[in-house]
Amino acid sequence: MKFDTPATTNPIDQLKVVGKPVDRIDGPMKTTGRAPYAYERHDAIPDIAYGYVVGAAIAKGRITSIDLSRAKAAPGVLAIVTAAEAGKLAKGDFNTAMLLGGPEIQHYHQAIAVVVAETFEQARAAAGLVKADYERAKGTFDLVSAKDGATKPKDGGPDSAFGDFDAAFAAAPVKLDEHYATPDHAHAMMEPHASIAAWKSDKLSLWTSNQMIAWGAGDVAKTLGIPRENVRLMSPFIGGGFGGKLFVRADAILAALGAKAAGRPVKLALPRPFMFNNTTHRPATLQRIRIGTDQAGKILAIGHESWSGDLPGGGPETAVQQTRLLYAGENRMTKTRLAVLDLPEGNAMRAPGEAPGLMALEVAVDEMAEKLGMDPIDFRVLNDTQVDPEKPSRPFSQRRLNECLRTGADKFGWSRRAKTPGQARDGRWLVGMGVAAAFRNNLVMKSAARVRLETSGVVTVETDMTDIGTGSYTIIAQTAAEMMGVPLHRVNVRLGDSSFPVSAGSGGQWGANSSTAGVYAACMKLREAVAGKLGLDPAKAEFADGRVKLNNQSLPLEKAAASGPVTAEDFMEYGDLTRTHQQSTFGAHFVEVGVDAWTAEIRIRRMLAVCAAGRILNPKSARSQVIGAMVMGAGAALMEELVVDKRIGFFANHDLAGYEVPVHADIPHQDVIFLDETDPMSSPMKAKGVGELGICGVGAAVANAIYNATGVRVREYPVTLDKLLEKMPVLA
Amino acid sequence: MAILDDLQLSRREVMATGAAVGVAAAPGMASAAPAEQPTLMKVSFTVNGQRQTLELDTRTTLLDALREHLKLTGSKKGCDHGQCGACTVIVDGRRINSCLSLAVMHEGDEVTTIEGLGGPEKLHPLQAAFVKHDGYQCGYCTPGQICSAKAVLEEIRAGVPSHVTADLTAKVEFSQAELRERMSGNICRCGAYSNIVEAVAEVAGAKA
Repeated sequence: MKFDTPATTNPIDQLKVVGKPVDRIDGPMKTTGRAPYAYERHDAIPDIAYGYVVGAAIAKGRITSIDLSRAKAAPGVLAIVTAAEAGKLAKGDFNTAMLLGGPEIQHYHQAIAVVVAETFEQARAAAGLVKADYERAKGTFDLVSAKDGATKPKDGGPDSAFGDFDAAFAAAPVKLDEHYATPDHAHAMMEPHASIAAWKSDKLSLWTSNQMIAWGAGDVAKTLGIPRENVRLMSPFIGGGFGGKLFVRADAILAALGAKAAGRPVKLALPRPFMFNNTTHRPATLQRIRIGTDQAGKILAIGHESWSGDLPGGGPETAVQQTRLLYAGENRMTKTRLAVLDLPEGNAMRAPGEAPGLMALEVAVDEMAEKLGMDPIDFRVLNDTQVDPEKPSRPFSQRRLNECLRTGADKFGWSRRAKTPGQARDGRWLVGMGVAAAFRNNLVMKSAARVRLETSGVVTVETDMTDIGTGSYTIIAQTAAEMMGVPLHRVNVRLGDSSFPVSAGSGGQWGANSSTAGVYAACMKLREAVAGKLGLDPAKAEFADGRVKLNNQSLPLEKAAASGPVTAEDFMEYGDLTRTHQQSTFGAHFVEVGVDAWTAEIRIRRMLAVCAAGRILNPKSARSQVIGAMVMGAGAALMEELVVDKRIGFFANHDLAGYEVPVHADIPHQDVIFLDETDPMSSPMKAKGVGELGICGVGAAVANAIYNATGVRVREYPVTLDKLLEKMPVLA
Repeated sequence: MAILDDLQLSRREVMATGAAVGVAAAPGMASAAPAEQPTLMKVSFTVNGQRQTLELDTRTTLLDALREHLKLTGSKKGCDHGQCGACTVIVDGRRINSCLSLAVMHEGDEVTTIEGLGGPEKLHPLQAAFVKHDGYQCGYCTPGQICSAKAVLEEIRAGVPSHVTADLTAKVEFSQAELRERMSGNICRCGAYSNIVEAVAEVAGAKA
């Protein structure tokens, strides 16, 4: 099915099941510990040996020799594979560095060997006996000093220009020109990257934890040099991803190599202290923002530049993207530059680009409003645009940012915010409120599904879509239930298997809308097949209450499957509606903080997000996506920072004690409001993404609240008390 | 090279291990000589009311005894270093990080895991409240959160004070602040905290 004209009325609009805040269908399994994650498949395969990874102890250079003799002689060891034993491996399309290094080392903790033994304890002990000698090469690890050597990336439109930014900025009566910095961030999902690999002759089965099954199967095949059809990936439960599991990582490749060498199935999880330097992270950015306005606050010129670094062949953090679309202004420029750094691979993490970009832009906007003596909400509302500012003939499909801001202001009590910073006190706490816009584009991706009406009347959905905590199981079941007219408990959803039709996968907040649209397409085909079997006109038949009805006829759905299951498969693909219309999601974040007047300790007291993101397929799981993203944004604002050891070239705080993420005590009750909206340009579901929208702007709202509380403006994240202390208001 | 001199490391002595911190990993960190066989030891304890006797490598953590030997994979391994709380189980009435405890230390103990609280057909009230309030997303920290919450409620009932208890001599009362403080060893990277607090508060009979 192709979606190339705006959606009209369709069976989803009944909203009998879709749009309801139903409990997750996988909830009872997850809350009782029965949902099996990748490392836990005792049910799937017996006689599994244990793999343990060995990582490079230098950031760049060569292994001059590896001595495996002691490790090989250790009790229980079945096999050891290094690059020498592995033979020729290719780099996956989605990887920047090799997943098994050697002799060349590209980054610290790049895997250099896998040790396979009978038990976990034996594999771990033997891994400690692998002795590698290295020759270090000089590396570049500091973004600040590499900034001047940064170059223009080849792809992705690194520069944009509209009007005459330089002239307009120079002439603008009110101006801001500031620099901001965001550090490297880690996904730090709770489930480590893990895989079980089993070979049956030349066919490989991988139980793994991966967000994008089809990409993964392709890259496993490419890396190992085996035909794609010989690889099967299974990933029904995923303990968090946030972009960190978009791509095949070392666990999968090492498990496969170890299993081949040992002649046994092998399970391998990346040890937590290994993950931060071995896998990917969100790259640090340096950003410069210039805004020029007239005296009334209308933006005349807006410019945003960003510098980030990555390994050779890697890509930039696209932190300027939102600035091309978020506010009006006739003279505009953006610029993205990329430095070569020999740190671990930078890559996508929840809202890549917008998350760090808005942490800078929305502070700059707050600063500009202050310069103008305007309320920061009024300033944003004044500079709203309903069209793509670089292409005014191209409207937004829906854009209700102003309503998000106004609704939030009303609910949050924004009018009580002190206009002058550092004025509101609550006992020992200086209290402040901050606001920021949330913005993230809505992407649509081709997505396929297979649906089957079983003889029992149960509808089974199969698609390689993944549920990384997003609620895919539930919204897919809701979609099939709505389309086929059955209650939710009569839908069986099977996900995350490369033998199923290829879906959109989980990334870029495209998963919910795209994967359910694929299920919609397959269900339309199944409705035709079912109606045909029952001798009814598929165009007119109504599917409801477990029956198919037309005029006076009403037949039970399962009658169509009397002689055997009825199967249909289809996909949804997209025409040019995303070109003719800009599809984006919008929100407004409101944060109240308390800053200890003596110690500058920062506590978040209240958080509210108001979102406009098309039809909300399940308000309960969608709300969870938003509050979870707000938590991650709070972490980015207040504590998260991978600290670069610039001498050795690695992230020094590489575990969950050193890389601090928010805990219960850091997060208050959170409120989320979804504006009632449908977007017929997005898909027949009329839905858009929310999973990344929720993190966009949160960090800036926190930083702006801290400024409002203290009068101290910090432009280098995270905002920690040491950056406030010296400038804190003098205590009366 | 300058950086190596700074750290007074000999290039030839650097040993690479998966868990090495920097290049400071030094020779001699591996305790087992190559030929040394693992020490096995018998241990008996009760898990979810069932007596279990295992012969284990003494290096086996309680967490791995549960997950790998008894195939009770509800207790999760998030960090294996006592930093995340995903492995929380209840031993003799108290919650512990099972990854920080060797299995052979638990002779005669009574262990309760998430599987012992309830199954999909018969949910424990906390499990049902987590489902109702969507107190989880990916589900990986969830068993640890629920085991921890169960023990937290009992700690408050037993009058055990916490860092945020204002009056150490008065009876400890359930509050959001108490709950958030006591649950802070259980990380949820999906960020379901607000919902988890509501779920646990409902079971505690308090309004979140």
